Amino acid sequence: MKRPQIAPYLLHALLVLFFLFPLLFMGVSAFKGDEMQLLRDMGTLRAFLPVGELSLQNFRDVADRTRFDLAFWNSVGVVGLTVLLGLLVNSMLAYALARFRFPGRRWVLGAIVALIVIPFEAIAVPLLLLVNQLPWFSEGQWVQGWLDSYHVQVLPFVANAFSVYLFYQFFVALPKDLEEAAQMDGAGPWRIYWSIVLPLSKPVIATVAVLQFLARWGDLLWPVMVVRGDEHATLPLAMQTFFGQFPRQWGDVMAFALLATLPTLLVFLVFQRWFVRSVISSAIKG
Amino acid sequence: MARVTLEALRKRYDSGPDIIRGIDLSIEDGEFMVFVGPSGCGKSTLLRMIAGLEEISQGRLLIGDTDATHLPPAERGVAMVFQSYALYPHMSVGDNMRFGLRIAKLARAEIESRVGRAAEILQISHLLDQLPRQLSGGQRQRVAIGRAIVRKPAVFLFDEPLSNLDANLRVQMRIELTRLHRELGTTMIYVTHDQTEAMTMGDRIAVFNGGHVEQVGPPMALYETPANTFVGQFLGSPRMNLIPAGGASPSVWQPEHAAQTALLGVRPESLGLAAPGQGWPVRVDVIEHLGDTTLVYLSAGDLPLCMRLPGGRCDLQPGQQLHIAPHAGGLHQFDASGRRLSTQ
Repeated sequence: MKRPQIAPYLLHALLVLFFLFPLLFMGVSAFKGDEMQLLRDMGTLRAFLPVGELSLQNFRDVADRTRFDLAFWNSVGVVGLTVLLGLLVNSMLAYALARFRFPGRRWVLGAIVALIVIPFEAIAVPLLLLVNQLPWFSEGQWVQGWLDSYHVQVLPFVANAFSVYLFYQFFVALPKDLEEAAQMDGAGPWRIYWSIVLPLSKPVIATVAVLQFLARWGDLLWPVMVVRGDEHATLPLAMQTFFGQFPRQWGDVMAFALLATLPTLLVFLVFQRWFVRSVISSAIKG
Repeated sequence: MARVTLEALRKRYDSGPDIIRGIDLSIEDGEFMVFVGPSGCGKSTLLRMIAGLEEISQGRLLIGDTDATHLPPAERGVAMVFQSYALYPHMSVGDNMRFGLRIAKLARAEIESRVGRAAEILQISHLLDQLPRQLSGGQRQRVAIGRAIVRKPAVFLFDEPLSNLDANLRVQMRIELTRLHRELGTTMIYVTHDQTEAMTMGDRIAVFNGGHVEQVGPPMALYETPANTFVGQFLGSPRMNLIPAGGASPSVWQPEHAAQTALLGVRPESLGLAAPGQGWPVRVDVIEHLGDTTLVYLSAGDLPLCMRLPGGRCDLQPGQQLHIAPHAGGLHQFDASGRRLSTQ
């Protein structure tokens, strides 16, 4: 009989623990109502253990002292809309690049690949100046500047070079026969995209949705630059309220962070099946 | 149903050479035409040009009386069965067949009646709710054909539809497609590189080579009087023996076109044993017993030859020296360019 291989399992278990430590620390600390105990535990292994006085006090503080519910729904709206519009726009662009032959196609593709390597920090300030000048139709009239709004947090992030690239890679690998069969059946490009290509693209849709969701959900830099006040603030911005206080309430911060993290876990669980499949298939297709 | 006329059709990509080099061909109403040829000869490209999936660079395509040269695929009245079947994986068998009809905005009752009828003809009624991945290769092939049938096209196009099936299923589907053609009476154009399919299924065969048609005609006419050595060798298995005319004994053939004849073509079944001193002296290399016939691989000097003898048994031995000669009417004469001169 073959001996069970223990070493790889140990290594995997260690890696899992390594990645779970911060989550565990956050989760456990969120329930430690006594701030002094939390600070004492931080230097020891007790930081990861649910010991001492455990309560929901920190969560009550979050509910009382911050507008968590408003920030939560702002995040859901802003991120949900960005991801949804992004899926549509980026997949359509990628499909056009993958299947239509038009002059300049290679240049566009090259530009998109080049854009992937430019970090957001490099364009943040020019983008801020731009959105500050752009017009928007609001309450029956044109106004200048997008600051302090929802759309300023959505529109600049809808088109995403990396998402286009992921979709493009997936579409060029789709068998062309299917689209040609649909063409023979009388389907035009729109119909083929909606009825044939998109339903077959669940793995890449899941991948793009998860990656975009994670990037937008945790983004702080842009909201800090374009949003003032609570009304349009998303979760990372709302969490900043705690850092302006003294003494800093780490228990409250942890409770807030835990609540803010739950939706990302939920999104991953929902898309996990396709997401994992996509990662696996991209690994074996070569 | 419709007649398909190709007038000087050409295809080239960008500024490259012609892939299809001026093809004139008329496929009659209700005819089963087979395009056959080796890989890369342009037969599939031509089929895709007829389907509308490839642009026609030059020339004219008529389907019925309509100039279809620049019509979109769906308006040509043609349906295509792909080599890969190309069934929509996320749709049930029934929805695969309904897809085109829904786009054509047919009434629901009409759609159901057409799908039901096609499923009945192809014996796939019990599969309508299944997904393509739940089907076997043969069943998928039937669904692909069903999807084509429901559209009631004027012309069916088949692009190597049996090449993904195993040998037994291929024979079965070959017979079913022939039966289907008889039942529907629709014009069918069938692309294959398999000469058995070409010989057994087609009313006529067009043999392609290097982007042009070498010969068109009924299967047996092509087999018995090939226009050139390419057609002679492409149709028939094992292929036709080609022997340089210079080395043949005068007793083997009557020098009718002696001056021009450069090659002699003899099919394996047209060769037989000859009396010593007559015909070609050869040595037996390998013997294959096929049950009903025996294939004898021979060499005449450096030239490999093949002879098919009736019956599964023969007393020849490898290494044995003997003489062989063609039967009467089994000798084809070709000139130096490979063009056929006559058959004796």
